[in-house]
Amino acid sequence: MDKTPQTKPRDSWTFSPEINSEIRRAAATGIYDIRGGGAKRRVPHFDDLLFLGASISRYPLEGYREKCDTTVVLGTRFAKKPIELKTPVTIAGMSFGALSGPAKEALGRGATMAGTSTTTGDGGMTDEERGHSEKLVYQYLPSRYGMNPDDLRRADAIEIVVGQGAKPGGGGMLLGQKITQRVANMRNLPVGIDQRSACRHPDWTGPDDLEIKILEIREITGWEKPIYVKIGGARPYYDTALAVKAGADVVVLDGMQGGTAATQDVFIEHVGQPTLACIRPAVKALQDLGMHRKVQLIVSGGIRTGADVAKALALGADAVAIGTAALIALGENDPKWSAEYAALGTTADAYDDWHEGKDPAGITTQDAELMKRLDPVEAARRLRNYLAVLTLECQTIARACGKSHVHNLEPEDLCALTIEAAAMAGVPLAGTDWIPGKSGL
Amino acid sequence: MQTIDMATTPLRELNAMLQAQAAKTNQTAWAIENPRGAHAVAVGLDAPIEVTVKGSTGYYCAGMNKQATVHVTGSAGPGVAENMMSGTVIIEGDASQYAGATGHGGLLVIKGNASSRCGISMKGINIVVYGNVGHMSAFMAQSGNLVVLGDAGDALGDSLYEAGLFVRGSVKSLGSDCIEKEMRPEHIAILTDLLARSGADAKPEEFKRYGSARKLYNFHVDHAGAY
Repeated sequence: MDKTPQTKPRDSWTFSPEINSEIRRAAATGIYDIRGGGAKRRVPHFDDLLFLGASISRYPLEGYREKCDTTVVLGTRFAKKPIELKTPVTIAGMSFGALSGPAKEALGRGATMAGTSTTTGDGGMTDEERGHSEKLVYQYLPSRYGMNPDDLRRADAIEIVVGQGAKPGGGGMLLGQKITQRVANMRNLPVGIDQRSACRHPDWTGPDDLEIKILEIREITGWEKPIYVKIGGARPYYDTALAVKAGADVVVLDGMQGGTAATQDVFIEHVGQPTLACIRPAVKALQDLGMHRKVQLIVSGGIRTGADVAKALALGADAVAIGTAALIALGENDPKWSAEYAALGTTADAYDDWHEGKDPAGITTQDAELMKRLDPVEAARRLRNYLAVLTLECQTIARACGKSHVHNLEPEDLCALTIEAAAMAGVPLAGTDWIPGKSGL
Repeated sequence: MQTIDMATTPLRELNAMLQAQAAKTNQTAWAIENPRGAHAVAVGLDAPIEVTVKGSTGYYCAGMNKQATVHVTGSAGPGVAENMMSGTVIIEGDASQYAGATGHGGLLVIKGNASSRCGISMKGINIVVYGNVGHMSAFMAQSGNLVVLGDAGDALGDSLYEAGLFVRGSVKSLGSDCIEKEMRPEHIAILTDLLARSGADAKPEEFKRYGSARKLYNFHVDHAGAY
């Protein structure tokens, strides 16, 4: 018997088992991997920042006794009817089609209970969604599925979607499994086809056109509604400046951790910048134009906790939007469906084949039986609870930093744990006064 | 006849007046003078009124129109009658890019030529162009009909869904998944109706019909080169 010690089998970092499995999948199918969600790779994020808290020079506010306001008003620049929210956390755009009707209803109910807004998606506005959402933002997308002037007028705000963090430069995708009769009717498409919506708007290109498009929408809606412009995390300084130039009331900035219903994995993981890297350039654009706090900034992409909310606000955002986290609050990827996730070849928390319409949680599906699993009233309660926790956590941090309004949080309240995060967020590396790229050394 | 002079009346005031007309208004005839290429003229209308724009317009004239008839005596800029829901829009001159983009219904008549991307992403609108249409017309067109009495440019009907395309003249090239199809009696009937309603002097038998080959409706690796 050979007793020579054997080297432990060593996986290649370059050709890891995960990479190899993708090569085999690609070779077998001839199509790129499609999935939902946002970037899963590790990127510098809010976890890499810390608040300093109060000290001799900054005194804190008393928790539960001294007021820390969380009110946010969006659309103060031009709109006759700005939106007032009780919390700086909003619900991001997600389509009926990608999500079931009960899931959209739950988002509307939960957001309304929390005093915030929810947003339509690339499938038009449903009556259920409008009915259950006190404040509803209507997305104006390249596909224009279901777009009509009546829904524009019954919206509380209009969000012109230029891009999204998961796929800046990419269009929508809803595969045939989810194009049921109702979804097909709303989108004016044949049942069961793979629906790929355009990546560019059909009737404008560039900032000068966008200015005229915004004028048209304002004329159709009597200059009442706030007009948001949503951009992916591509070139945040210039895109924010151009959105302001085009007349936006609000800029929505979505980093690469922001989710999508379905897109190529290669797009999600390799195009766009992390949320943390996008905020300061966008805020600087607003400041350079003298429009910070006049044109409001909503940041999305990987917001999970009240600390994330507080850090985004401290870097200069007016509010944040959540998508993936809201779905998890409703019940998406819940371990109680572990056996069914296993049957689909995945696990709870990792499931992202939302485009297949087989979601055991009944949220990212159009299957009539699966969607019955989600009780919209109960799910709305969970979302409302989660939104309350985010708000309370953000307030807790703001009070600890001595702020009577969450908008008073500022970059000077922060330090960074890594050089990368310090450079991206423009705050000093912890224990130093070094901001890479700004303070020399 | 109500006459509004845009030399003295702001755009907001003009559109507010036109949008305020109810379904049963007795002020059905409106004339707009001196549009001078203004953008967003007569947008968001929702009443059976007749609006004559005396001159040429900029972007998005008659955008999202419902019920109204809008008649432009000159030419129209980009996106005329974009997302129209119903009603009729008539352009005596030429139309720029994206005419009738994403329109859900109604009839758009362009008596001159239309530029590129005419009928892009159309969703039920009927468009009749007396002259030629530019490249990428009817790109991703979902439903409705595009009738061209003249010629069509490159890549007609690229990535087409179920819209019907009828061209009397030449087609420089067809886009991905767009093919010539048999003209059956039901298509002759559609053409006869649209030609009559638009006042176009042409015979249905002179046209060729183009539609979707439906090969891109569900992904297949052997068709990947067409994307």
